[in-house]
Amino acid sequence: MNGSLDGLVIAVPRGALMTETLDRLDAIGLDTSEVRSNDRKLLFGDVGIVTMRPSDVPTYVEAGAADVGITGKDVLTEQPDRAVYELMDLGYGLCRMVFATVDGPDPSAEALRRLGVMRVATKYHKTAAAYFERTGRQAEIVEVKGSVELAPLTGLVEAIVDLTATGTTLRENNLVIREELYASTARLIANPVSHKLKAAAIDAMLEQLRAH
Amino acid sequence: MRPQIHPIPSGTRDVLPDEMRELRDITESVRRVFERDGYGEVWTPALEYEDVLARGGGGEPPAYRVFDDHGEVLALRTDMTVPIARLVATRYPTVEPPLRFSYFAHAYRGVRPHRGQMREFLQAGIELVGAPAPQGTAEALTVLCHALDAVGLRDFRIGLGDASLYPTLLRSLMVPQTAIDVLMDALVGRDFVALEAELGQLGIADGDADLLLRVPQMRGGPEVLADAQGPVAGALAGLRGVFELLSPEVAERVIVDLGLVRRMGYYTGAVFDVYDPALGAPLGGGGRYDELLGRFGRPLPAVGFALTIDRLHIALAGEETAADDPETQMTAPPLRAATSDGARP
Repeated sequence: MNGSLDGLVIAVPRGALMTETLDRLDAIGLDTSEVRSNDRKLLFGDVGIVTMRPSDVPTYVEAGAADVGITGKDVLTEQPDRAVYELMDLGYGLCRMVFATVDGPDPSAEALRRLGVMRVATKYHKTAAAYFERTGRQAEIVEVKGSVELAPLTGLVEAIVDLTATGTTLRENNLVIREELYASTARLIANPVSHKLKAAAIDAMLEQLRAH
Repeated sequence: MRPQIHPIPSGTRDVLPDEMRELRDITESVRRVFERDGYGEVWTPALEYEDVLARGGGGEPPAYRVFDDHGEVLALRTDMTVPIARLVATRYPTVEPPLRFSYFAHAYRGVRPHRGQMREFLQAGIELVGAPAPQGTAEALTVLCHALDAVGLRDFRIGLGDASLYPTLLRSLMVPQTAIDVLMDALVGRDFVALEAELGQLGIADGDADLLLRVPQMRGGPEVLADAQGPVAGALAGLRGVFELLSPEVAERVIVDLGLVRRMGYYTGAVFDVYDPALGAPLGGGGRYDELLGRFGRPLPAVGFALTIDRLHIALAGEETAADDPETQMTAPPLRAATSDGARP
């Protein structure tokens, strides 16, 4: 592997960000072919890569189980008190955190007007709660684990807060975007102790990522 | 028989004899160093009047408050620095400085509890009152090194920065106060992406924005101090002054970190954090608080540090494990953190 990155353990997100993350790591001299060819293995000690779901990346990096990691800004926004450095916006994995309801008259506005509270389904309950607090609306946050789009269609909630890349799933479920909370991209994060004790390796990685 | 459950508050825990013996070894080693270096141990009440603690200003707000029998609000201390500032002003109002105190005491904070960070946690530390920079700072760093050596840690490093450096730099570049608050929030929140975005919106010269982004990421050996010029030269000269007073054994442990900032509002100059590769969070830290004593009516420069005993213990155990297994240590030392609870990958 690339000498200057020697000794860094990198947390790589599985899922939508994985391929582009591995492409970027290849570009700066890591050999990620084993990671690509092996779908079940999680730890690749030879190249210093561990793979996990994106929302676990801050957990591993904060504890120092990985020195650096790549995850989405959506994950970092939802876990605001993690003690990690956010070093770089990697630019890829662009998607938007949106507030959406079924098409037609806005049922969330109707609920707010008549009942004082709207119900909002989301996987990002901290993000959603903070957003409605900031915009002065009372919302009951309903945390769901599976397909958020189902919730407003069944009458469970009047609205959802969710991440969308193309908006296709929303459209297919007759949902329209009412507001955009923020845009999210992949970020490079680092453990605060590694950031000091492995400064040379981390700075070298940053410099190469910027150059490619 | 069904076992009964008698819960204890979130963020607290019991310590049983095996662990207690190891913790005692650590505190006794540290205590001998503090005593030898002339730092007399003190106790102060765990509960203080909330408005007395608040006089410290800008510190961690108390997480636990109670009313006493007169309706006064009492609070559990969040550190020992403010209580000792109170103690110096009230018990030593006329004694000639410098004054040297040490403590082994629990502090209480409303944190998200996890390993090495409980809501009730034992700290060991010193306060050196009436000894200005750079001599006082160098003495505190030296005692800190002695204490960590005595505990038996081999791989620790001390990050040294200056809490006034970045605010001074911002003001010297005529950044408005509202923007300074936003930028400091980004820096304290360790968010360099937000820092860069905010700097881009300031409308200052590109060179200045670049400097403001680069300086807090500068860290390494004393050569970092030689590099920088311009508006930060003052703070850097201060840090160089500290470095020149350190013995080689202490200086080789110190890394310069110009991005080191503190949420706690009373720090005025040099600040430091203790790192060990066996733990993903600092073992402790400290710095100069030259204005805190004045708020209690005894204006004296001061410096101090606090070590979290639980973290010293975890780091010590981690270093021992790493030493037992040199192969793991060489290929990927941080992975030990994930496996230390017994689950091997």
